[in-house]
Amino acid sequence: MSGYVFALALTVIVLVMLFLLMRRRRMREKYAAVWIVLALAVVVLGVFPRLAVWLAALVGVETPVNLVFAVAFVVLLLVCIQLSVEVSGLEEETRTIAEELSLLRFEVEHHVEASGPTREASSSSDPA
Amino acid sequence: MPNPSPRRVLVVMPAWNEEQTVGATVLEVRRCAPDASILVVNDGSTDRTSEAARQAGAMVVDLPINLGVGGALRTGYRFALRHGHDVAIQVDADGQHDPAQIGRLLATMDDEGADIVIGSRFAGAGDYEVHGPRQWAMKLLSTVLSRVTRTRLTDTTSGFKACGPAAIALFAADYPAEYLGDTVESLVVAARAGLRVRQVAVTMRERAGGRPSHRPFRAAVFLGRAILALLIALSRPATAPITHEGTA
Repeated sequence: MSGYVFALALTVIVLVMLFLLMRRRRMREKYAAVWIVLALAVVVLGVFPRLAVWLAALVGVETPVNLVFAVAFVVLLLVCIQLSVEVSGLEEETRTIAEELSLLRFEVEHHVEASGPTREASSSSDPA
Repeated sequence: MPNPSPRRVLVVMPAWNEEQTVGATVLEVRRCAPDASILVVNDGSTDRTSEAARQAGAMVVDLPINLGVGGALRTGYRFALRHGHDVAIQVDADGQHDPAQIGRLLATMDDEGADIVIGSRFAGAGDYEVHGPRQWAMKLLSTVLSRVTRTRLTDTTSGFKACGPAAIALFAADYPAEYLGDTVESLVVAARAGLRVRQVAVTMRERAGGRPSHRPFRAAVFLGRAILALLIALSRPATAPITHEGTA
């Protein structure tokens, strides 16, 4: 039985960590959701180990633990893909912002030039 | 800038660490196309590209980070759209493209009513040649893209292009940042939007700086990535051009 207690303890640690991260706004809920569901699933499996045996028999996997490993593997894969998608979205957003920024800087520089050097705005920042 | 002709032409020159060549290229464009405005898009260079371009008399837009050719070019098209240019011409900053041929691109655009004119290195003029996997990749790209654009294209990876108003509006909204996106995928995007693509033979020169990539392994990787880029681009739905500023 101590093995189940161990699993439960680990799960609780993960849940507390997620909660703290969200509380400090270090992580947004949309990313935490998967991990919360996963941790809860482990809790359920830890409390009712027969569930894994029953599920394994249902889908035709001989050793229940292999089913758990396989499912865990797939879930981690999906999370990685989700993160790649999010990173791609961020990159596109960064790109758009960088383009806008450079165009706006051009407008500002020319505006300053056109309106004359009233203050020392034109010599403030040069690109690297 | 005063412009006697009704058509306002903008030469867009993406430049990333090209301080040695960008100045000379800008001066040459000014000599060959005195009516055109020149915009150098400094793609996050760490050298003095921006200063060199300004000294040569070009307008310069400085990107704060390196976005790659696709990002630099979309910036150029957005600039062209906002400042009311009718034609945008992409010219490499490394001196590979001969600015004297800009007139040929514009003439072809008028003669054939094209939205995009590609300056092709393999259409007869000059003696540009490649071999091995890189040649197969270029053959494949030409064959497929000729079909997609319903015209004969022999050099789809050429970065020497002229774009009319419809193409400027489209590319300001959607110019791919992917590998090969600036050449191959952009043509697919244009064809899907119903734009008329044509080509004209141009001669290219040896690059004044930098080195071309002719090593076999890199060429093989290029072939693989070209196929992937094509497959993905072709499976994508069409995008709409910007009709009102501010919706992008």
